[in-house]
Amino acid sequence: MATRLKPVVWGLCLSPLATLAGRGYLGRLTANPIEYLTHQTGFWALVLLCATLAITPLRRLTGWSWLVRLRRLLGLFAFGYAALHFTIWLAIDRGFAWDDILADLVKRPFITAGFAALLLLLPLAITSTRGWVRRLGRHWLWLHRLIYLAAPAAALHFFWKRSSKLDVFEPVLFAALIALLLAARIPGWLHHRAAATRS
Amino acid sequence: MPPYDDIPAAEITPESLYLDRRRFLRLGAAGALGALLPAAAAGCEQPRRNAADPDAQERPDRPTSYEDITSYNNFYEFGLDKGDPARNARTLRPRPWSVAIEGLVAKPGVYGLEDILRGVTMEDRIYRLRCVEAWSMVIPWRGFPLADLVRRVEPLPGAKFVEFQTLYDPEQMPGQRSRTLDWPYVEGLRLDEARHPLTLLATGLYGRDLPNQNGAPLRLVVPWKYGFKSIKSIVRIRFVERQPVSSWERANPGEYGFYSNVNPDVDHPRWSQKNERRIGELRRRDTLMFNGYGDQVAQLYRGMDLRRYF
Repeated sequence: MATRLKPVVWGLCLSPLATLAGRGYLGRLTANPIEYLTHQTGFWALVLLCATLAITPLRRLTGWSWLVRLRRLLGLFAFGYAALHFTIWLAIDRGFAWDDILADLVKRPFITAGFAALLLLLPLAITSTRGWVRRLGRHWLWLHRLIYLAAPAAALHFFWKRSSKLDVFEPVLFAALIALLLAARIPGWLHHRAAATRS
Repeated sequence: MPPYDDIPAAEITPESLYLDRRRFLRLGAAGALGALLPAAAAGCEQPRRNAADPDAQERPDRPTSYEDITSYNNFYEFGLDKGDPARNARTLRPRPWSVAIEGLVAKPGVYGLEDILRGVTMEDRIYRLRCVEAWSMVIPWRGFPLADLVRRVEPLPGAKFVEFQTLYDPEQMPGQRSRTLDWPYVEGLRLDEARHPLTLLATGLYGRDLPNQNGAPLRLVVPWKYGFKSIKSIVRIRFVERQPVSSWERANPGEYGFYSNVNPDVDHPRWSQKNERRIGELRRRDTLMFNGYGDQVAQLYRGMDLRRYF
């Protein structure tokens, strides 16, 4: 099932990028294309982070164990959009003005949070290959729980960016969704722990 | 000057003519420009004079396209996205329109827009507009000095500040149904700021009537302050003794002050104000003190601590 669905997931994950490319070709990236591209890539990074986090609860809910085979693809696309988001900011928006960039990273909490989220996702992207899964063994699972920190950091980044504009509907929605997806894991852990104690 | 509504379309300066002005700007031919623009405006239309900026000669101010000026707006009365006002503002009915003049003036009253515009001399002025969000445009406004109106309504000696209000009508301004701000939108100026010759009441841009999303039919333009001070679709002007509390000040006093003068040295808590993205350009520009109008307005703030009165 996962094998058959993979092309669909590829298509879905690429469609925001294709849309942006199409809009760019037609000159429809608004009057401020850099801001628009930054916002869109950040938005889709968050959507895909949520999708990645949704796999485990969905699998428990439905019993479809093949879902887990889509998770790496979703996670890598989430990282891809986050990296694109960061690169647009670094290279185009800030034009590699390192002094300004460092000052922003230190002085602006929303930028610090966003950068932290990206840094937390980086080792996950690197160790996503079969080889690394094998090499890291049981540590791999622990390492990849960094997404439990990265996703809230990304939501906080979005919330802090927006909060001054009183326009926090979307960030609050993401934060709530991420909180829900993390909370959905608690029953599983409790169950696991209870089972471990019994045996 | 005929009533503003009655100017035949053919007499309105075509956009291409405005765009031609950039040639004068580029050449730095202030004299040639002076022939096109009223004297008061000519002083602000020279290329960037900041000697510390090596780009100054290569990067003159060019009018932002009509398309960009009218499709990228912060006007929360029509939605929070910058594309929303252009999409949603058709519900606004800019005619007929009246403006209540209230408070400490000898001639208070509710004036029809035609009455306000009768007897004023319309001018075309190209101003930089710097948004507090660190983007900027160059906009050819049409309007008249607020000072003219102030003079006509005769402020009483007690009047120290002017408070402005935007229309409050959720039928016409659907964004007012959500409480993103404490409606109606309120802004204020010190009386001397209101009387400053650069301060404009605008009724048009690029020689045409203001599109609804740009604050039709009457808006303020204060080019040395962040854009949100330039309140749109004004229905009330009140002369008062005490400093008004503006909408953004009320919403977030730590981030937005009453003065809100463009100042590259005082950061917004969430971002730097050192530079800005000029709409239509790729590389950021340095932000200029008082948005480059310091020669004209710095004396208004002499002796004030601009970090405290931000």
